[in-house]
Formats: sequence, C-alpha cells, structure tokens
Amino acid sequence: MLSQKNFNQFTGSTTYIVSKPLQHAVNIAIALKKPLLIKGEPGTGKTMLAQAIADSLNKKLIIWNIKSTTKAQEGLYVYDTVQRLYDSQFGDNEVSNIKQYIKLGKLGEAFTSDEQVVLLIDEIDKADLEFPNDLLWELDQMNFYIPETKETITAKHRPIVIITSNAEKELPDAFLRRCIFHYIEFPDPETMEEIVRVHFPDVEDKLLAGAIEAFYEIRSLPNIHKKPSTSELLDWLQALMLSGIEPERIKKEIPFAGVLLKKNQDIDILLKYCI
Amino acid sequence: MFTAFFYYLRSTDLNVSINEWLSLMEALDQGLCKNLTDFYQLCRAVLIKSESDYDKFDVAFAEFFKNIKSYEEIPDEIWQWLNKELPDDLPPPKGDLFFEEKPLEKIMSLLKERIKEQKEEHHGGNYWIGTQGTSFFGHSGYHPGGIRIGGESRHQSAVKIAGERRFRDFRKDTTLNIRHFQMAFRKLRELSSRVDAPKTELDLDETVQQTCNNAGLLKIVWERPRVNTIKLLLFMDSDGSMWPYSELCNQLFQAAHQSNHFKDLKVYYFHNCIYEHLYKDPTCTRNRWVDTEWVFNNYDSEYRLILVGDANMAPSELMKPGGNVELGLYNKVPGIDWLRRIRKHYPRSIWLNPIPKDHWPYKRGAFTINKISEIFPMFDLTLDGLEGGIRKLKAPR
Repeated sequence: MLSQKNFNQFTGSTTYIVSKPLQHAVNIAIALKKPLLIKGEPGTGKTMLAQAIADSLNKKLIIWNIKSTTKAQEGLYVYDTVQRLYDSQFGDNEVSNIKQYIKLGKLGEAFTSDEQVVLLIDEIDKADLEFPNDLLWELDQMNFYIPETKETITAKHRPIVIITSNAEKELPDAFLRRCIFHYIEFPDPETMEEIVRVHFPDVEDKLLAGAIEAFYEIRSLPNIHKKPSTSELLDWLQALMLSGIEPERIKKEIPFAGVLLKKNQDIDILLKYCI
Repeated sequence: MFTAFFYYLRSTDLNVSINEWLSLMEALDQGLCKNLTDFYQLCRAVLIKSESDYDKFDVAFAEFFKNIKSYEEIPDEIWQWLNKELPDDLPPPKGDLFFEEKPLEKIMSLLKERIKEQKEEHHGGNYWIGTQGTSFFGHSGYHPGGIRIGGESRHQSAVKIAGERRFRDFRKDTTLNIRHFQMAFRKLRELSSRVDAPKTELDLDETVQQTCNNAGLLKIVWERPRVNTIKLLLFMDSDGSMWPYSELCNQLFQAAHQSNHFKDLKVYYFHNCIYEHLYKDPTCTRNRWVDTEWVFNNYDSEYRLILVGDANMAPSELMKPGGNVELGLYNKVPGIDWLRRIRKHYPRSIWLNPIPKDHWPYKRGAFTINKISEIFPMFDLTLDGLEGGIRKLKAPR
C-alpha cells in the first residue's frame, strides 16, 4: 500500500496552471500506476501537462511523438540490420554481437532508465487503429522480449505514462479500460487570466480584460470552424502589447484578427458579426 | 453498498468493466479520497473513458447518491438482527398472497415509522423489518415491491433473470458504433503486393538472406509495396425517410472518411432512388450534381460501390418513367433501370439498409426493398450485415 505522503505529489508548476480535477486525475494515475489518457480541445495544454509533471516531480521527460506511420514496435526497439550488413561487408565491428544493433525506442528507453521518468506518448490517435492494442501488454506488464538477443527488458522503475489524444480516431475499449481518463475543459475566463499572467506577468489589466472579453466573444460566434485557442490568444496579446493599441479599441476593431483566426471563412464571419 | 453503484452504472449503459471497478477499489484502499467530491472525481477518472459519457455519469452519480442517506438512518441494532443466519424452518406464506402497492415515498415514510417502533428481531410475518415474510422491509422476503435491507436477493424468478437479457451485449446483431465501422472498413483492402505492381521497395529480410547465401556479397531484393488498392464509391440516400437512421449513417460516413487506407473515396447523394443525376451534397440541391453517366465514365468498374439507403419509396418512383418525386424533373428511364445499369457497371457493389432485416418483408416499402434486393446484394446495417457486405465487396469478380 502506498503511504499518504506519496499521494498528492503533483500540484502544478510555476508556468503551468492546473485545475483541481486534473491534478487529482494525475495523482490517481500515479498512485494506481496506470497510464493517464488526456483528451481535450487543441490548445488546452495537453502536451504541456507532461512537461509540468516532470518539472514538478523533478523527473526526466521522454517524449514519444506518434505519427500516422508509427508502429508500436518502434517504441520498444529497432534491430538495425542494415548497419549490421554494412559492418559485415567491411568487418568494422564484432558482427556476431547482435546486441549492439538493437536500438531501444522511447518506451525501451523509459524502461531502462535508472530513475523513474515521465513518458509522454503524444497524439496516440494519429497512428493506426491497432496501435494502442499493440501496446497493451507493454504498458500493463512494463516489460517486453527481444527475440534477437533472447533478452527481456523490464522496467527498472515504472514510468509515469501520459498519453494524449485529439479524438481523431476512436481508441479501442481494451486499451481505454487500462487507462485513467481525463478530459481537459477549455479554461473559463478567470483561469485564462491566470494562464496569461503566467506568460506575461506585466500585462496591463485593462488590455488583458478587453482582450479576454473579445476572445471569448469570438469563440462563442456561431459557425466558427476553428475556434481560437490559448496559444493563439497568447500570440494575439503579444501583438497587441507590441502595437501599443488603446484597450478601448480592441473590442471594437479586433486588430490583427489573422492571429486569432486561421481560416478565411472564419474571418468573414467575424466581420459580419462584430464590426 | 458500492457494489450496488457498480451495477447501477452498468444499468445506465455506462460500460464499466470489473477491472476498472477493481482499480477503483484499489484506489479507495490507498486512501485516495477524503470526501464525496474526491470520490466523484476518482470514480469518473477511473471508470469513465469518454467525455461524451461524462453527462450520463453525472446523472447516474447524482441519482444514486441522492438515496444513500436513507441507508444511514437505519440503526445498527436492526442491521444486527438482519445479518443473522436465516432460520431454515420457516414455511413459505400460505395461500394467495395479497400485496398492497404503495408509492416509494409512502414506503419510505412507513420505514421511518417502523424504525421508531421496532424493538426486536423478526423473521417471517408481514409487518416488521425482518427476514423472509411479506412485509415491505427486510430481506429474503416475498413482497414484490418491498425494499431490501441487507441480505441477498433470493426469490427472483428465472423468467425475470432471462428477461433482463444480461448477455445482450454479446450478441453480434446489435447496431454499431463508429469503431465497428472503422474495423469493418479496414477489412476492405486488397494489398498491391498481391496484384501486378512494380517492385519498388527494398525487401530487407530477403536481402539479408540472399546476401548471406551469396557469401556476404551484397545482393539486393526488391518487393512490391504493401498499399491498399481499393477505391470506394459511397452513394447515400438523404431522403426524409432516412432521418431516423441519420446518426447511424453519419457514423458510417465518418468512419469511411477516417479510414485513410483507401486509395480513393468518393461520396455522392441521392434522393430515394437514382436517376440521371447524383448530388454532390446531402441537401440534394438542383444543379449541385453530376450526371450519373459522368460517374460511369470517370470511375471505372475497379471501384467498389456501397449504396446506403432504406430502399423505401413509392413503387412508381422505382418502376415508372417520370417516377422522380423532385418537382420538374422527368426521368425517361425508370429508376429500376438506372439501378440495373449501376449494378452492371460496378459488379462489386452492395446495398446497406439501416432497416433491420426482419422488418423488410412487412415494412412500408417492402415492395421496393424486395425489387432492389434482387439487383444489389442487400445487407442490414448491423455488425453481421456489414461484415457480410464487406466480404461480398472483396470477392473477386
């Protein structure tokens, strides 16, 4: 059994504002030693979360970025046969030592690390439908077998696994059952103000209030295809501050709308409703 | 007490598994929650795996824990009486039993009265809180509308257990969710390594093998790339009669779009039946269409075709020239001949019908359903139907 003090480890960091339920979910995942699956709108800081956990717990972060072509095997290890073939032609290395041609992937790296690490599996839904199922055993048992060297790699310290998904594809039930799940809601205006202040500590109150009001108004417009997210708001604020525009004009004119909205149709809608 | 919550959640079609439940128990053992809010968040994080289920969970949680208080009001003494071994010798109640029905609030207020009055334990009988007997309260009793306090359910008839259909989820003819569609579409593939295609990829394993056989001198082996060569056409009915199935069809559409392994995917829409035109969007607006002939010319018979529709229309729409219901559109060729032409052009085609197969013979539209299923192999939109259809599409010509 885990002692009480090991729970409630994660409390957010100086650069990352975390909501109570999310904090709770992270700590549940750590205590139960299960992967934490994070979903949420783009720009709600899913990827940043892993960095924040690593920072606050003082652990190393290993990131495994998933692409549409990523195979589960690549996360475990790759057997570099071409290098071996090459070496055999020129006799550079001891070719019979297969071990030196086994290159561990991100998951393997996390398993063999001498201290507990935070492993981020980013955007797992990008990969093939079967990808999550292929990782069930490894994430459950925290070991895998390398037939080439007849070795079993077992995690020295069970990594804290954070998985993010943009819901592009449905994840299999068997995989979901093994995860702790949390959906990050889009921050409300008060939390957003806090978030902005972390990034721009000396932003003017008036400017910030005006910008946030306009920002949420734009998000609430009907038919917007791509709602602006936190990172776009931050860019926009930067632009507003640099231009030294008067706070009163922000809501009326929405200057630099192109920073917030990335689609032509969306800008047309904005023009129709706001100005 | 919590086990009841587990079954309650399952009864509200939140698919909570035993493993997840055990994780929750483990978390409780570790003291991960100190109050009801913690417990709520813990349950949600461990048991619920999709934000779309959050709401269902909230409703269930509120409903379940609304009643939890009444349990605590029952004094320890009564719990002790109830927890005793059942006396075996009590006979079941004799003769026709008469059970009064009372609304729940009434029963709950009666329970409060009894708790105040009751001074000793009871088994059998029809008034006090106790085991067996026919009163409203206690356990192992006979009252059908009573409240069980402690003990386990005993007198549940076999008919009722069967009626609950607890294994319903294992049946394969239930309707589908989006992942089922995606999995089925995945089966629809024909790898180019099986057909004639240029060998453009390095076959690493074979190269190593051949090189070793060649006394260590490099000998490179090429192979055909393994990509899907299936091209798919999807024609969807967007008539008003399809409304009840719109969600199902929407999922099919999404799944087809998200399946990025097709070499090509084209979607067109029609209104009840297909005539000279196929529409480019589901609104079926005039002039936003392509000629059916144009489709024939541009998409050759290598394309697999899936038609989705309820095949439910007036017989004249299918059989007669001028059957097109769109005002001002007159078709010289009856719809059924268009369908025959389509079938001839796309020999590997199927019709998916969202109406359950059992209903086809007597549903409104039975005539047209029957006629069309003579032209296209027709399947209903269930897991069985879809898999059967995909198999049909994969079969060689």
